[in-house]
Amino acid sequence: MIETYLEGFDAFSRNGGASAPQWARSLRLSAIARFEELGYPNTGNEDWHFTSVAPIAERAFAPLTSGTGRVSAAQVAPFSFGATDWHTLVFVNGRFDAALSWTDGLPDGVQVLPLARAYDELPLLVEQHIGRIASMDAHTFTALNTAFINDGAVVHVQPDVEVVRPIHLLFVSDASAVNGVAQPRNLIVLDRFAKATVIETYATVARGAGAYFTNAVTEATIGEGATLTHLKLQRESALAYHVGTVDVRQARDSHLVSFSFAIGAQLSRTNIYTELRGEGCGATLNGLYLGDAEQHIDHQTRIEHVAPNCYSRELYKGILAGASHGVFNGKVYVHPAAQKTDGKQTNNTLLLSEQAKIDTKPQLEIFADDVKCTHGATVGRLDENSLFYMKSRGINARMARELLTYAFAADVLETIELAEVREGLEAATLRRYASV
Amino acid sequence: MLDIKNLRATVADKEILKGITLSVQPGEVHAVMGPNGSGKSTLAQVLAGHPAYVVTGGTATYDGEDLLAMDAEVRAQKGVFLAFQYPVEIPGVSNAYFLRAAYNEIRKARGEEEVDPMSFADVMDEKMKLVEMDGDMLTRSVNAGFSGGEKKRNEILQMAVLEPRLAILDETDSGLDIDALRIVANGVNSLKRPDRATIIVTHYQRLLNYIVPDYVHVLANGRIVRSGGKELALELEEKGYDWLLEEAVA
Repeated sequence: MIETYLEGFDAFSRNGGASAPQWARSLRLSAIARFEELGYPNTGNEDWHFTSVAPIAERAFAPLTSGTGRVSAAQVAPFSFGATDWHTLVFVNGRFDAALSWTDGLPDGVQVLPLARAYDELPLLVEQHIGRIASMDAHTFTALNTAFINDGAVVHVQPDVEVVRPIHLLFVSDASAVNGVAQPRNLIVLDRFAKATVIETYATVARGAGAYFTNAVTEATIGEGATLTHLKLQRESALAYHVGTVDVRQARDSHLVSFSFAIGAQLSRTNIYTELRGEGCGATLNGLYLGDAEQHIDHQTRIEHVAPNCYSRELYKGILAGASHGVFNGKVYVHPAAQKTDGKQTNNTLLLSEQAKIDTKPQLEIFADDVKCTHGATVGRLDENSLFYMKSRGINARMARELLTYAFAADVLETIELAEVREGLEAATLRRYASV
Repeated sequence: MLDIKNLRATVADKEILKGITLSVQPGEVHAVMGPNGSGKSTLAQVLAGHPAYVVTGGTATYDGEDLLAMDAEVRAQKGVFLAFQYPVEIPGVSNAYFLRAAYNEIRKARGEEEVDPMSFADVMDEKMKLVEMDGDMLTRSVNAGFSGGEKKRNEILQMAVLEPRLAILDETDSGLDIDALRIVANGVNSLKRPDRATIIVTHYQRLLNYIVPDYVHVLANGRIVRSGGKELALELEEKGYDWLLEEAVA
């Protein structure tokens, strides 16, 4: 309910959010007004045609304003892919937890810190970028997130610096998050020729405790010749609601390699947006969504080719079992000046049951005349001939189904360069459908 | 070993097999020949248990058991192997993984211990030589991007690894150049043992120059219209199938 947030906003402005700098407070004020004006999108809105947000709109999620201090290192360990040396910021219910975080050994010229500290230590950087990339003009959830900006991660990599070890931003909720909303706001800034891998994980340490809502926004800017590898891993509790937006701006000759993995939440919407603003950019947007039971998993991607001589590659795959519902809405938008754009977009979904459903809408909008763009979508079931082939070699029916299901996802998972994450997600995919 | 009596089968409600009777003893090689559409491949698929084919009459017993009542994987576990005319591509599953999974399933069914990847690599080394394949094919996905000849060799490799008692080769020779044909035939011949039998389904006599059959059966319009020794294949090569079809009609 909108009222809950409006009331919550007043309290938040007086208490938790009071210490923010002036620009942030005015940004929040305009955001709450925008949120009130926009209201929740209904399915008449083209961007939300296949996803009803009624379950989120009808609930009164209370803003979570403080961490709990009750989550242990052992509880978050399962989400770290066995790695012990990644630069890690942990947030519990949206609040930074210094005790669980670990950023020792960062190279010179790299800052990884919570927003509250960034207000003091990187005041110009945050003021220059936050609220300037992720537009809230037409995005209710971005407006809502912006109204409650208070915590999140800030990553800044200075020119020519390569961060060798991954930076992991781990957002966990615990049992006290039930009926609450966490709204982390993250900023990633890569200067010229910088290089970094940032993983955002959204997960719970209290599986089955109850419904909670995560509404996250990440803004990123990739400088000239810089490369950002960004992995968003949505592994929320099966009772959770999740809206996550990643909005990127790319300068000349920069590269974005994005992967979105969505396995959790009863209702999730992930937005991955990028704008290729300078010549010679490349954007790779890959993703895998795994649905079961009554889950609803929605992805919207938007690749804006603003400048000429850029390429984009997109491969999203989904496996849907039970009565789950997947949505893929991918837009590739080629501006008039973006000649020689080379774009390829693919969405493939495997349906494992009669009740599972996918709405897929790959879209190309081209306003330049010298481009090479293709798109396509397939929806299929496990191939009977392949199943028979495996069975004819002695492999039992269950194992054959598992192998084929896993194999369907294998090529997109193989695009993940980071071995720990790739293997972890392969295992998660195998486990997911072990009994289907 | 295999006793087929008056076997009838349909696919998509169309009757393809109209009463096949065939008996195969251990150690024997049978060739099933016939023109396109005669039901040769259907017979192979039915024996392997393809779900698209519906058996509407007759029986098939394998070592005294009702073959038709078994699931496809049980047939394989009991030693029945079909080399596919069109081997299926399975992107995302490596040959090594696939073969080891199959090998272990069959070992389990026989009450034998499963093997780990290391010991399996030793098994593979030897079998790969048999079909003259490179080690790098093991890391490639099953049949994905393989040439026609590679796919057929891969079928024989699988056969060599799984060591079936009853091997059914469905047009394994079609589309092979002479070198590939020779490799495939060598593979099959080297697996011959007195307790194993082979059924070769083929359109051409060519493969039978390399794998010499004990019996040749000619299938036409869903029935065996003629059986004989290996000389029948030569006669067919010379005279074609038409004279037999005319005889069958008459």
